[in-house]
Amino acid sequence: MNYHWNWGIFWEMSPEGTGTYFDMLLAGLWWTLATSALAWIIAFSVGSVVGVLRTLRSGWVVMACNAYVELFRNIPILVQLFLWYFVLPEVLPAEMGRWLKTMPNAAFWTGSIGIGLFMSARVAEQVKAGLQALPRGQWMAGTALGLTTAQTYRYILLPTAFRIILPPLTSEMLNTVKNSSVALTIGLMELTAQTRAMQEFSFQVFEAFTAATILYLIVNAVVTLAMRWVEKMAAVPGYTTGH
Amino acid sequence: MLGSLDFDVITRSLPYVLGEGLRFTLTLTALATVFGLTLGTILALMRLSGMKALSVPATLYVNLMRSLPLVLVIFWFYFLVPYIGQFVLRTERPVQVGAFASALITFSLFEAAYFSEIMRAGIQSVARGQAAAGSALGLTYRQLMQYVILPQAVRNMLPVMLTQTIVLFQDTSLVYVISLTDLLGAAATVANRDGRLVEMYVFAALIYFVISFGASLVVRRLQARMAIIR
Amino acid sequence: MAMIRLEGVSKWYTPQFQVLKDCTLSVAKGEVLVVCGPSGSGKSTLIKCINALEPFQAGSIVIDGAKLPDPKTNLPKLRSRIGMVFQHFELFPHLSITQNLCLAQEKVLRRGHEEAMAKAMMLLERVGLTAHAHKFPGQLSGGQQQRVAIARALAMDPIAMLFDEPTSALDPEMINEVLDVMVELAGEGMTMMVVTHEMGFARKVADRVVFMDGGEIIEDRPTEAFFGSPHSARAQTFLSKILAH
Repeated sequence: MNYHWNWGIFWEMSPEGTGTYFDMLLAGLWWTLATSALAWIIAFSVGSVVGVLRTLRSGWVVMACNAYVELFRNIPILVQLFLWYFVLPEVLPAEMGRWLKTMPNAAFWTGSIGIGLFMSARVAEQVKAGLQALPRGQWMAGTALGLTTAQTYRYILLPTAFRIILPPLTSEMLNTVKNSSVALTIGLMELTAQTRAMQEFSFQVFEAFTAATILYLIVNAVVTLAMRWVEKMAAVPGYTTGH
Repeated sequence: MLGSLDFDVITRSLPYVLGEGLRFTLTLTALATVFGLTLGTILALMRLSGMKALSVPATLYVNLMRSLPLVLVIFWFYFLVPYIGQFVLRTERPVQVGAFASALITFSLFEAAYFSEIMRAGIQSVARGQAAAGSALGLTYRQLMQYVILPQAVRNMLPVMLTQTIVLFQDTSLVYVISLTDLLGAAATVANRDGRLVEMYVFAALIYFVISFGASLVVRRLQARMAIIR
Repeated sequence: MAMIRLEGVSKWYTPQFQVLKDCTLSVAKGEVLVVCGPSGSGKSTLIKCINALEPFQAGSIVIDGAKLPDPKTNLPKLRSRIGMVFQHFELFPHLSITQNLCLAQEKVLRRGHEEAMAKAMMLLERVGLTAHAHKFPGQLSGGQQQRVAIARALAMDPIAMLFDEPTSALDPEMINEVLDVMVELAGEGMTMMVVTHEMGFARKVADRVVFMDGGEIIEDRPTEAFFGSPHSARAQTFLSKILAH
């Protein structure tokens, strides 16, 4: 291989003039984390609501929520981001469209919301699956005690369902982090984008991508460990959720 | 704004977007599925072999791939493949393999990790008793896998595998980042050339939706039928 | 005066499949009624109709003045006044035993935590499980869980108790500890409707026995008369099968 390795490159100043190449990657990591965090908050809240609504016994609510899930699940995340970023401002009234386009950090907001909604469909699937995994008797027992439907969900069904789906939710969280890299296509300077930029400026392709790979692995490990801790905290003596 | 839409641009660009773009997307999906599945099965068998020399590298590979964003992996292979080619073929300079080959290698290797997890779960879902029964009949490990375990595992996992193929179909849109002309790439080219972003992106989204949703309905029907058989 | 009165209750799962056919019966205050019959006879469905866990399409049910079906009836309130015990206990697995007993007291009856807790501990003592108060359902045996479930229902100070096959999911050696609690409850004058195959229990405490088959009430007679000489051939066959050993 006639590739010229230069691991010292990270400590050299980047042509952006704001710091070293390593600082560049860290800035990217920050945007990756910020985007993932906001996207996950959206995915988790919207997904939980949609998932719960899909288990109710109301025909049109279930149908509307199913349509929501199918819509967001069957269009690639990249195309969805393009729709939010390029198409939405055009089809809105001119003034709103202009406001959207000139908004500061537009790529961050669009990326987070777009990825959040994309992931919310998958969270909704998990929440629904978790609720349906519970025996129907649990719903009956809550109802028989006089709890309202909302109370039955709040105090009985959801606490158990979320415990059951903690492991798949952890992978959806990791997927959110991974998907945040797609936002580079709408100009978000997250970790992968900064890695690309570093490679273009410095020509040290493999050093840059190795560093990015390590940073992603670290984020993965931290999220996994944190969720394992959450699982341990949420564990109920004598109750196994089947994994 | 909506009044100024020009849906004619879709008709005009149809041969390009579907004939070239969609064909590229479908070809890539099909080939990457075949290669990914093959490699994924090998990885799964390596992980389940009980031999450390096989299972440890396979586990590391699968976990590494599954931890990284596909976009990053696409870039990795885009730059790495020419050097690997140079190393393998012992040529003077990095080998230019072409964009399609690069994408195919990337997706096959990346999806193999996901397929291997599905296969592994499938193989483990076949009851231990089946392996015992097969061995008791005197089947070798290879025969046992080939005639008893894998057929059942594939059957159990077929819906999940097809769902993963739908995911792969959607994932291929990410070749946009290395400027290939897949369905989305073709639509984007026309969109930017003619200044028709709204029409072209909505059109592309629609095609992705119709194919993905249609395929997922087929998977669901299959799942329902298999549930009855079992 | 009847505390629970069913009048011509009918239920269909599909237009072709009728699970309940014109069921009429009443339970007086303080009365203990045992409902028996082969599996699939509709007895579990019938008992679940009484606190509106199962909807029905024809007929009416009146419980202590509250009517079903009636949009004006406050269902949560009605249900909170009727205790129910399930075949599979249905304790809430993520809550401790005391939390299981306190939840509905606090959220439905709006009792303060102290009051709910005092009630819970009193009832746990009654079913002999004080020592397990801070455990979780998964750490208890089936018989213990079912006793907790009975205590949970009693904590709501119900006017009547419904039991849906309370012992059929239990290992044989645990059946009696649950039946003992139920016998004691009957002795205290609780109005009870019990779906069960435990004929010994029925003989001992039931005032009347209702025999169901194919969604219909075939017999509804005082206990002694029922066991002495059941009128219907179907009841005789049923009894001979389950009393054979």
